[in-house]
Amino acid sequence: MAPTSEPPHTRILVLFAHPALQKSRVNRQLAVAAREVDGITFHDLYEAYPDFDVDVPREQALLAAHDLVVLQHPLYWYSMPPLLKQWLDLVLEHGWAYGHGGTALHGKKLLCALTTGGRESAYRKDGYNRFTLRELLAPVEQTAVLCGMAFVAPFVVHGTHALADGDIPPHAAQYRRLLTALRDGKLALDAARGLSRLNADLDALVVPD
Amino acid sequence: MHGQGFFFQAFVYLAAAVVAVPVAKRLGLGSVLGYLLAGVAIGPFGLHLIGTEGQSVMHFAEFGVVMMLFLVGLELQPALLWRLRATVLGMGGLQVGGSALLIGAVGLALGLPWQTALAVGAILAMSSTAIALQSLSERGLLKTDGGQRSFAVLLFQDLAVIPLLALLPLLAVSPQAGGGGAEGSWFQRLPALLRGPLVLGVVAAIVLAGPDLVRLAFRAIARTGLREMFTAAALLLVIGIALLMTVVGLSPALGTFLAGVVLASSEYRHELETDIEPFKGLLLGLFFIAVGAAIDFALVASRPGLIVSLVLGLVALKLVVLFVVGRVFRMSFDQNLLFSFALAQGGEFTFVLFSFATQNGVIPDAVARLLVAAVALSMALTPLWMVLNERLLQPRLRPKTASARPADAVDQQSPVIIAGFGGFGSIVGRLLVANGIATTVLEIDSDHVELLRRLGLKVFYGDACRLDLLRAAGAEQARLLVLALDDPEKTLEVVHAVRKHFPRLEVLARASGRADAYELIEAGVSHVYRDTLDTSLRAGTDALRLCGFRAYQAQRAAQTFRRHDEVALRELAHVRNDRTAYINRARERIRDLEETLREELERHEVDRDAGWDAESLRKEFGPIPE
Repeated sequence: MAPTSEPPHTRILVLFAHPALQKSRVNRQLAVAAREVDGITFHDLYEAYPDFDVDVPREQALLAAHDLVVLQHPLYWYSMPPLLKQWLDLVLEHGWAYGHGGTALHGKKLLCALTTGGRESAYRKDGYNRFTLRELLAPVEQTAVLCGMAFVAPFVVHGTHALADGDIPPHAAQYRRLLTALRDGKLALDAARGLSRLNADLDALVVPD
Repeated sequence: MHGQGFFFQAFVYLAAAVVAVPVAKRLGLGSVLGYLLAGVAIGPFGLHLIGTEGQSVMHFAEFGVVMMLFLVGLELQPALLWRLRATVLGMGGLQVGGSALLIGAVGLALGLPWQTALAVGAILAMSSTAIALQSLSERGLLKTDGGQRSFAVLLFQDLAVIPLLALLPLLAVSPQAGGGGAEGSWFQRLPALLRGPLVLGVVAAIVLAGPDLVRLAFRAIARTGLREMFTAAALLLVIGIALLMTVVGLSPALGTFLAGVVLASSEYRHELETDIEPFKGLLLGLFFIAVGAAIDFALVASRPGLIVSLVLGLVALKLVVLFVVGRVFRMSFDQNLLFSFALAQGGEFTFVLFSFATQNGVIPDAVARLLVAAVALSMALTPLWMVLNERLLQPRLRPKTASARPADAVDQQSPVIIAGFGGFGSIVGRLLVANGIATTVLEIDSDHVELLRRLGLKVFYGDACRLDLLRAAGAEQARLLVLALDDPEKTLEVVHAVRKHFPRLEVLARASGRADAYELIEAGVSHVYRDTLDTSLRAGTDALRLCGFRAYQAQRAAQTFRRHDEVALRELAHVRNDRTAYINRARERIRDLEETLREELERHEVDRDAGWDAESLRKEFGPIPE
């Protein structure tokens, strides 16, 4: 095993967006799990910018200092909470993130970590929501591609409305495992690319030591 | 060697206390034992620095007990007292009755006439309020179940002294020793029919008129702005009530306790507390020293076996009764032990009662002297029992009780203290209270306090500059202190004091302008709020809108301005350190304003919202300009 001090370490930035964390059940535990992983940067956006006044230079510096960005949030109206959208609008500037001279994010990776109230069966062509989650995430995927980032399949906890309290910790443990594997470069990213969600069969994706 | 004037005596007492108490504390014995040992050391049987005048000192120092009960009353809301009534009457009655009968029976068995035996039993049933409460409170145990019940029983004993004084003369076995009953005041010469209503009237007057009178008087004093007047008035209040009670034949301790309870909900509570506290502490210490000095070691040495068995017998009998009472009232085992050990001693009232009983020919002098020595020793041993209970017995019980009963020590403390409740502080306070965060408010303007309390807010009168007042308001337990004072100098003063004495307490400070903000930042406050910043920015935002800006555009402009201003403030605060401090404040303010304005003009504000700007995109992808 590689020494823990200098591994081929992926620097992970988790951008966490939840406007009412005090009411959250699942995301709260996922957030705790993410914070527990050593060596990753957990950035609680609603805590940092309650007034939506995003500090663009600071955020760009943060992005520059990391290799993989996780957008962690509950799915609201098939999309992200408004502050995260504001963050994307303001931070991913033309000429910095994309367009002429916009190469700051080239070669980095982007990943979504989502919770949805509806069950997985609802996110199908013949389901209640008529689109798969991957289809609904097309705007984020294209954002990544435009910025020269690799879009990794999402981590999704489905059916949160129906989850009993006791069912949540296993999801948090999975999330922790995923982040740890990503950090240590132990996730088979090529195999993961086309999946509907990473946590459907995490065992198959994590490269054994 | 002794008696050379007031200063020498004061020196001896204070020196003994200053040497003995820290040592006792360090050894984990508690301050009471320290004082008692100090008393023994300087007493007639130690270094002989004080002689028989120790007795008169003891009478004087008994006033410390009175003050302590006043303070205890202040801490006790009437509603809580009402809840305790079953405990006071039930446990107290059972304890006093049980102890009196049991000790009396032993006396009878030892050959005393039944009257004398009963009198001895009743007198020895009393416990020491001073020792028990002080030992409990310095261990922080006053609010535990055992502490509360100890207090309830002590309260009943104080009540019981009154009928006891009336009944003792009826138990006389020999002709009265003379003088005893004849010294009655004008009150005692009144016909009995008049006395009862008069006593009730005095008590009713204290309960009904007390708070309003105190409020009126203290408000008037507050307007003078003289701090020492408060101390004088607080002392006057306690001494006055004690005198009044003595005149109508009630126990002064009981009377001041009652006054304390009545004033517990007053806005001047913290003020009274902080004014009386040091006097109480010193007088109680003096009292304990006097008790230590009064132990008649000559008598003890002449009949050591008898005295030792008297002391141990007394403690054992009281322990048994107390423990049974605790069981009857379903106390948990560990709390029952605490309760029993705290009260297993003779009380300070026994000294008074024994002399009264000998004067009335109820108890022979020889017996009384033996018993007084035994009581003093039992008092001296209490802190030792407490330490033994704490160190040896409780640790064995703790694992069980810790899970059953979580800590309830900091039950009445608010996490937030707000100093100054004018326009600024009141908004902070209302926001917190509306969201369920308990706050304690200190306000210096007595008229204001009045009004706010009528509106039902928990506001106390007092100057936040006073360290003791902050402590009384709970600064040691609180998490935040919001400094919303009008006076910047005072704010700084409090900041320095808080950083020194309550380093854990986080400070949120109001600043009137940039200059004050600089000083607060320099003093290490990271949460600084300039009075006018937010309102001015809102006015500025509205002005921009009226000039034709879109609402969100104006708001973003204000946000940008604000962020820049906060950064500049912190930068300038550090640069400022290098300059000479002699420039006067007014000039400094003008210069700061100048500097800020110049910087605003020179700075070409980059549009922070470039993400919403399509200019560069049009340049890159748009039609080629014609």
